[in-house]
Amino acid sequence: MAQTYRKQLIDPLVDNNPITLQVLGICSALAVTSSMQVALVMTIAVTAVTGFSSMFISMLRNQIPSSIRIIVQMVVIASLVILVDQILKAYAYEISKTLSVFVGLIITNCIVMGRAEAFAMKNPPIDSFIDGVGNGLGYGLLLMVVAFFRELLGAGSLFGITIFETVNNGGWYVPNGMMLLPPSAFFVIGLIIWGVRTWKPAQVEEREYKIQSVEAH
Amino acid sequence: MGLRSFFDSIEPHFVKGGKYEKYFPIYEMVESFIYTPKTVTTVAPHARSYIDMKRIMTYVVIATIPCILFGMYNTGLQTNMAIAEHGASGWRAAIIEGLGIGFNANNPLANMLHGLMYFLPIYIVTLVAGGIFEVVFATVRKHEVNEGFLVTSMLYTLIVPASTPLWQVALGIIFGVVIGKEVFGGTGKNFLNPALVGRAFLYFAYPAQMSGDSIWTPVDGFSGATALSIGASDGYQALPERGIDWMDAFIGTIQGSFGETSTLAAMIGLAFLLVVRIANWRLIVGCLGGMIAFSTLLNLIGSDTNPMFAMPWYWHLVLGGYAFGLAFMVTEPVSASHTNMGRYIYGALIGFMVVMIRVVNPAFPEGMMLAILFGNVFAPLIDYFVVQANIKRRAKRYV
Repeated sequence: MAQTYRKQLIDPLVDNNPITLQVLGICSALAVTSSMQVALVMTIAVTAVTGFSSMFISMLRNQIPSSIRIIVQMVVIASLVILVDQILKAYAYEISKTLSVFVGLIITNCIVMGRAEAFAMKNPPIDSFIDGVGNGLGYGLLLMVVAFFRELLGAGSLFGITIFETVNNGGWYVPNGMMLLPPSAFFVIGLIIWGVRTWKPAQVEEREYKIQSVEAH
Repeated sequence: MGLRSFFDSIEPHFVKGGKYEKYFPIYEMVESFIYTPKTVTTVAPHARSYIDMKRIMTYVVIATIPCILFGMYNTGLQTNMAIAEHGASGWRAAIIEGLGIGFNANNPLANMLHGLMYFLPIYIVTLVAGGIFEVVFATVRKHEVNEGFLVTSMLYTLIVPASTPLWQVALGIIFGVVIGKEVFGGTGKNFLNPALVGRAFLYFAYPAQMSGDSIWTPVDGFSGATALSIGASDGYQALPERGIDWMDAFIGTIQGSFGETSTLAAMIGLAFLLVVRIANWRLIVGCLGGMIAFSTLLNLIGSDTNPMFAMPWYWHLVLGGYAFGLAFMVTEPVSASHTNMGRYIYGALIGFMVVMIRVVNPAFPEGMMLAILFGNVFAPLIDYFVVQANIKRRAKRYV
């Protein structure tokens, strides 16, 4: 049993990463990755929500009528998101201001719904909890990697600590302003997906169209 | 025939089974640059034409020559004029003084030479940095190194400001080649213009070195606004007072990126491209039509707060990158629409967008780069609807 828990936790990190393989949750990945601190808080928030929502939905799974299951899932997820939002406002007000609407938008994050629908509805609570945490961490891992590059190249710092002294402060590094704009996360995520799929060719999707080759006569 | 026999003698090492099989694309690049390719098509469809991709690309490079020459002259002219006020510094000044040519802005030769010393470093860095990535991709992906890069690098050099730091030049072209072209499969599969992608990257990544008033002429302490930003702040009527009348803008002795200032030079290049039938005239008609129609409409509407509304179309034509973009980028066959009807629409869309961005958006005084990229993105969609409309129209005949 321990082996499966481990696998459930580790698998979504690279082999079945919700962002790089399933390409879910891109919207928030673009919005909250301009600095590592914000990305870390977002990671914790999403991990907590996916973990607990999967667990609670799994506990309720035999009582939920199939026709209204999405609504019930949404109620559970929404309550948890509100809880997380309130905790952040109480204990980390500054960061909660930076994250602004994106904490509330965790509810629309496809990963949370996806795990509830695909896994928690069919599996016991502890498995679901671990699966939810694993997927939250997989999402968070990518968030942290993207934020690492964006903050380092865009502002010359990590977690707000200066690594490259920027020109404005008398250093040598000219910050790349595009890295602080949300579209740059597209490029970074795209390049990461490219890298991951080169490393693990099994993740490459089948082509929708094939170029047909004609035999020479 | 010494060279030919040299190629023949080393060829066995590069073909399949040879020692350097991996580096075949590099061998092929050098060989086919000098001689016509030996490979011929063996399967259908056969198209016989005297013009192949290599010749298309060579023609485009030839067409940019007026812009290159004038760009060098103008960069030198602007720099020498600024030096008269602010003094000279740097290694370029040292070389020029060493040669004893001086900084006289009335001496065309001195201007050309000074401009050349800004043009060459940027061009060499572009060729080397972009070329390395081009060759790496060709080697790994086993496709040929394409002459398209010669065009991309030349266009890119002509649309960056002369004062751009060289490492930024390198970053920009690498981004353009990799993200703008190679990730989509290389030349012929790029739906965006790689040179413009590189330029747009620099524009958003390093706005301090890519926009503003002090970057167009590479002299410390000099500040000269482009004609478009003067137009945006004081209206086009103010341009002659600031020493820019329409003829200056048409000839191109104004502030701007390297090779884009001269409408005349761009028009000569465009005429050449039209004569050899690489540029499609429908794109030109569409782009001019869209620009003239929309700017005239804005003239009629008028605005009390935004002086750009009053700028007539013949000023839009000669300012900024409009003429250069029209000649070399709107007409680029790969990223433009491929249907004849689509070409009118595509051109008109760009002509409309460029005026829209210049006039209505206060953040960007110049809009040609973004307008063309915008058009590039829409080109496949336009083609799709044109083809669908054609299918519907023909289907109606057989009800």
